[in-house]
Amino acid sequence: MTQEPLTIAVTGLNATDNPGSGVPVIRALRESERFRNARIIGLAYEHLEPGIYMHDLVDKTYTIPYPSLGQESLVARLQYIHQHEHLNVVVPNYDAELPSFIHLKSRLEALGIASLMPSIEQFEQRSKHNLPKLCKDLGLHTPQSEVVSTLAELRHALSLTGYPAMIKGKFYEAYIARSYEEALNHFYKLSAKWGIPVIVQQYIQGTEVNVTALGDGKGQLIGAVPSRKTYITPMGKGWAGVVIDDEELMEATRRIVEGTQWPGGLEIEMLRDVRHDRLYLIEINPRFPAWVYLAVSCGQNHPEALVRMALGEEVPPFTHYDRGKMFIRHSWDMICPLDEFERISTRGEL
Amino acid sequence: MTLKLKKSIAVSDSGFLFNAATGDSFTTNETGIDILQLIKEGKEIDEIVEYIVANYNTSPPNCEKDILEFISLLKQWHLVDTEGDSTP
Repeated sequence: MTQEPLTIAVTGLNATDNPGSGVPVIRALRESERFRNARIIGLAYEHLEPGIYMHDLVDKTYTIPYPSLGQESLVARLQYIHQHEHLNVVVPNYDAELPSFIHLKSRLEALGIASLMPSIEQFEQRSKHNLPKLCKDLGLHTPQSEVVSTLAELRHALSLTGYPAMIKGKFYEAYIARSYEEALNHFYKLSAKWGIPVIVQQYIQGTEVNVTALGDGKGQLIGAVPSRKTYITPMGKGWAGVVIDDEELMEATRRIVEGTQWPGGLEIEMLRDVRHDRLYLIEINPRFPAWVYLAVSCGQNHPEALVRMALGEEVPPFTHYDRGKMFIRHSWDMICPLDEFERISTRGEL
Repeated sequence: MTLKLKKSIAVSDSGFLFNAATGDSFTTNETGIDILQLIKEGKEIDEIVEYIVANYNTSPPNCEKDILEFISLLKQWHLVDTEGDSTP
């Protein structure tokens, strides 16, 4: 077993109005019995990711190259960081970086850096364009979805879904389109930002419900806490949410984790169509959501359990979560010495 | 007609209602708390009207109209089932 104190690297420090899950993951580790004294290394893509400057949470941050620069540049940077920090575990928290980390998993393991991530096959299985097939295999409902890469395909897809329709980016962002012109505009914007394909999805009116969950990679659900967003920003991000009690949602989560043999954190987004009393699976995100700390407050420390499993420990499933909890995000102006910004900008380390 | 408060509904003494199945929350006044308590006790609508008339300064026709309106709100927000209704 690795000797304490451990050094854990975490990405996703962008605690902004479109937040990543790195800061809440670190907060969860800091509050755990097992990892409260761990050295936390932040891995940042941008110099203004707020987590870089949260020195009570993050011991040191290094910038890392964007996935578009290729795996070799990422592995070279991680090797440099490892030489200085002796990393024990890495916890990637962005959808877009996961393929690179997954491809590097065995090379990182050879360096002594553990992780718990899905395989590329599992990652792809839940991707937006493969979701209809997965839902069919698992016996879950999902809105009709069409994968489009060209304008002809876009027009055809919209003729199938009708209006309004959801136009979704490959990795992030979704917009409602009430006409072909709106759909075209969203198609151009999303394909320029996230690449093709873009997904056209049937619009379902209902209440969005979500689950933050953790699988052990052998089909067992280690933990799950369902919630409903109670305040949504104009960007569509949950700014407040409340824990709910929904057995059907939990059953769907168990089925997904069992059916995919999912290893690691995930977020399940579903819509409850109240009129027809039916749950639709909208998305499976391959990492913890930014609201994962709500699960910690309910007695399920998923990030701690993930790191323990990454280290090869057996973690028993959580059997209970506290109801009656909610979260509200807030904004807070941190005041940071300019030389800290200078150091992360010029040296890539802080 | 017998009403049944859904199992997922919690009502606090201050009149805060929380539906644990959906995350919806509501507030009601003292009269609403009394009506919800009577529903919990399995009282018929006639009995609820009788109780409210006896305890508040109101006449039976007005009271019945107001109570039926309140109950229709409870149904609209999926907080109660009527006998034989089992929607979640």
